[in-house]
This record gives sequence, C-alpha cells and structure tokens, in this order.
Amino acid sequence: MKKILPKIGFLLLVLMVVVPVLFPLLWIFTSSLKTQIDITATPPRWVFIPTFKNYQNVFQNQNFIKFFINSTVVGVSSVVFSLILGLPAAYSIARYKQEKLGLMILIARLMPGIALLLPWYLIFSRLALIDTYTALILSHMLIGLPIVVWIMTSFFASVPLEIEESARVDGATIQRTFVQIVLPLAGPGVVTSTTLAFLFSWNNFMFSQVLSMEKTKTLPLAIYNFVSYADVDWGAVMAATVAIIAPAIALTMAFQKYVVRGLTMGAVKG
Amino acid sequence: MESSKDDPIPLVYIGVLMLDSRFIDKHVRVIFPLPAVLFVSSLMIFPVLYTLSISFTNWNLTSGLPGRFVGIKTYLAILQEPRFWAALWRTLYFTVLAVFIETILGMIWALILNKEFKGKGITKLFLLMPMVSTPVAIGISWTLFYEPTIGLANWALKLVGLPSLKWIADPNLVIPSIILVDVWQWTPMMALIILAGLAGLSIEPVESARVDGAGPFQIFRHITLPMVAPVILTAVVLRSIDALKTYDIIYAMTNGGPGFASETLNIYAYNLSFSYFRLGNAAVVLFFLFTMVMILSYIVARMRTALEN
Repeated sequence: MKKILPKIGFLLLVLMVVVPVLFPLLWIFTSSLKTQIDITATPPRWVFIPTFKNYQNVFQNQNFIKFFINSTVVGVSSVVFSLILGLPAAYSIARYKQEKLGLMILIARLMPGIALLLPWYLIFSRLALIDTYTALILSHMLIGLPIVVWIMTSFFASVPLEIEESARVDGATIQRTFVQIVLPLAGPGVVTSTTLAFLFSWNNFMFSQVLSMEKTKTLPLAIYNFVSYADVDWGAVMAATVAIIAPAIALTMAFQKYVVRGLTMGAVKG
Repeated sequence: MESSKDDPIPLVYIGVLMLDSRFIDKHVRVIFPLPAVLFVSSLMIFPVLYTLSISFTNWNLTSGLPGRFVGIKTYLAILQEPRFWAALWRTLYFTVLAVFIETILGMIWALILNKEFKGKGITKLFLLMPMVSTPVAIGISWTLFYEPTIGLANWALKLVGLPSLKWIADPNLVIPSIILVDVWQWTPMMALIILAGLAGLSIEPVESARVDGAGPFQIFRHITLPMVAPVILTAVVLRSIDALKTYDIIYAMTNGGPGFASETLNIYAYNLSFSYFRLGNAAVVLFFLFTMVMILSYIVARMRTALEN
C-alpha cells in the first residue's frame, strides 16, 4: 500500500499535464466525426454515431487537394534550397567563427514576418511574381534558412577538427572534406533542421495569405473554404483541421527526438 | 550513359571540378557563406530598407498617386494615433501575460516530468503535438470551443454553476481568451526546454544539500532554480519575441475584433498594409515593431555569448 499511493499520486500529476494538452486535439478529432446536428447540440453529445461525411466533403473539394499539393511543393523546395544555401554557410560560420554572419541569420530568425510582407508584396508585384511558386518558395526560405543555419552551426562546431585535418593531410580540398567527411557526420543535425524547417513552412499562413491568389494557395488557407460570412460548416472545418495537422504530427512522431532537440536548442546549448 | 560532343557539360563534371578546385579551397570562408548572405540581403535587408524609405512618404495605394516625401510627418501622425498606442499596449499585455503563464506552468510541468518513468517518451510526444499543429486551423477550431451557445467553454461553466461568458465576443475577455490558446500551444515548449535544462544539471549539489537536511522546496529555491535560470531566461526572451509576433491565431479567432479589442501591432500593421493600403502609415508601424524585435534580439545575442563563456 505504501508503495502504491505515491505511484498513483505521480500518475495523477502526469495526467494533469497530459489531459489539458491532448483534450483540445481529441475534441477536434471527435467533432470531425460528428454531423452538424451533433456538433451544435447542447449539452455536447459525448456519444454519437461517427460519420466520415465531413472528410468526404473536405477531400471532394477540388481546392483542398490542390492546396495540399501546393503546400508540399513549397515546403519541400524551400527546405531543399535552404539546405543548399544554409549548410555551407553554417559550416563557415562554425569553422571560422564568423559571428557577425551568425548574428545576421539570427535576426532573420527573429524578424516579424509582417515587416517583410509589405515590401515583398510590392517587389513581387512589380516582378509579376505574385501567385507563383517562386515567390512562395523564396519567402518560405526565409523561414527555413535561419533554422538550418541556427541548428547546423552548433552541429558543425561539435565535429572534432582532427577528423578534417587528417583528410586535409591527404591533399583533399576543404570543400571535398566538407562534403565527404563533415556532412555525413552531421546527419542528425540535417534531419533536425530539415524536419523543423518543413514543419514551419507547412504551418505558415501569413505569407501565402498575401503572396498567393488562386493558383498557389497553401493548406492553412484551405480551412477558409468551409467558412463563409453566413455560416461555418463546423464538421468540415474540424475535418480539414485534422487533415492539415495530421501530416505535421506524423512527421513529429517519426522524428520525435530530433524535433525535441531542435526546439529546445535555442535555449539549451548542445 | 554516353554523351555526344553536342551535349552541354553534365552537372556531375562541374560538381567534381568544384570539389577539387583550389580556388574555392583558398577562398572557402567567402564562397561558402556568400549565397546565403546574398539571399538574406535581397530578401531581408533590402526589403527592410525599402520599408524604411516608404515610412518617410505618404504613399497610399488607393489614391493611385505615387508617394510623396513628407519627412517624419507620418511618424508624428502615428505617435498621435490612439489606435496605435492601444495596439502597442495590447501587444505588450498579450506578450507579458502569455509568456508569464507559460513560464510558470512550464516550470511546474517540467518539475513533474523530471524523472524516469514508464511512458515518458510518449508524454513528450504529446507535448510536441500542440506546437506543431497549424496555428490558423487551431485558432478557427477554438472559436467553436468559445461559441457562446454551442461551445464547450460555456457548457463547462454551466456545469459548475457559473454564468456563461461571451469569451472572444467580449472586448474585455477577448485577449485573455486568445492567451489561453497561446498558453495551450506553447507551455509545452517551455516545459520541454526547462526539462532539457534540468536533465543537463549535475545531481551532486542537490544530493549534498539533501544530506545537509534541506527540504524539497529549499533545494528547488536555492539550488535547482539558480542552475536552470540561464536556460529559462533565454527561453523567456525567445518566446517573448515569438509572442510579440503572434498573428495567425488572432487573425483566425477575431481578426482584431470585436471592434479593435484584440488588435495587436501585427494585426494593425496588416490592416494598414493590406486592408487600407496606407503604406506610409503601415511602414511606420512596422518600423516600431521591427525596433522592438531588434532590441529583444540584441538581448538574445548578448545572452548567447554570455552563456557560451
């Protein structure tokens, strides 16, 4: 008995953390399986016959699929280009202690998106780039690049110099050493920054709200397909929410350790 | 694959040439960061300077006329605009209260979870879920939660015998209601950061204090807290910058309403830019927002160097 009581107490404490975190998500999920009548019922119905009608509505909406593809294209491309620009930059910042460059990238990480959106809108309009993948990918790279540089700089700094030096003795150039020896060692960092950069691109709403029209809208905007001035199709909104956040949560589950490390890295060194 | 002489040089060959280029090897500290620097210059530094130049004009897109240079007139106009001051204080109110609650709650959660137990991994996974969920979708979903007649929030109040509230439709309650969503999304991050900080601590000081007869509260107050303080402080500043920038959930839940009751600087700047097209005014507000973030960034940068030493 003496051993069980503290165990139950601890379990209750953990539940006090987990339940408030999970409840809204579970509630969104169960609502997505309800008919409009069940959703608007008071008191709320905890027992109901689940329906997949809302999901049918969401996926039969042509825009939804299109937005899904747009989000994927923009997310993947912006991450790939962020890696291409960011990996060598991070290596250089780490190896040659280019702190000013690091600071510049840090500012990009902290810059409010809205402060860039107005000039971007004007510039991209003049270049006729509004509603193109180019504009969206460029804007999302400003999300991805700072994440890549921020995370990779400390990863590269932790790669021991001796490993590189032995390759240098064999006559390899710095860039060959970087590609063939340092990059493979920094694999976990690449996974961390890729996952985080993709997640933040996937969830970004503000940039495509302004920079895209009909052709290139991304998924976070799709939710407004089911909201009108007259009324809200709550079931479809909930189903669309689940469909939008499910890939993000799946990615997080697959790379849990890396996501935790990346998100806590800003404050905890290492 | 055989390539005829007419083919352009395959990329692979260029790659191999670059890998062994002595020129790149010699200038690597310039060549490696150069593409990223050019990119950030053209997509961040140039746009910020462009915004700064707009802030000295009276450019209004709806007038169809090009902006005219008016010096600091727009700045003076904005500084006399009550809506600007209201938005500024609201932004600070939102940021300070949200981050305060997230820090305290995050610390409590971290202390609860700071030991090995079965299911710790999955608990951490649960904690990640709110913060990787698309904010705009979450915001809209929470409006159903706050819905006065069919929402769960009022049903819960009724259950415990309290009168129902109007939540995001009530000018006095709208900011706290939005803060609750922010707290739900971001307390887990605070908890995970503090948890990571706690995991990195050596246990010796705690052990010796326990031997000396210190109670758990004393140990926390005099040993654990001072040791994780740097971690918490950095997390607080980073989170404050992000809270200052909060846009998605506010747009999704109220778009600044009812009236202007939840209009933060971000929403105000967005409306000036893309609803009223008063670009000069918008640029001034953006300049203030930008300055606030720069000051906080400076603090972060100083703290990072201080922590590294």
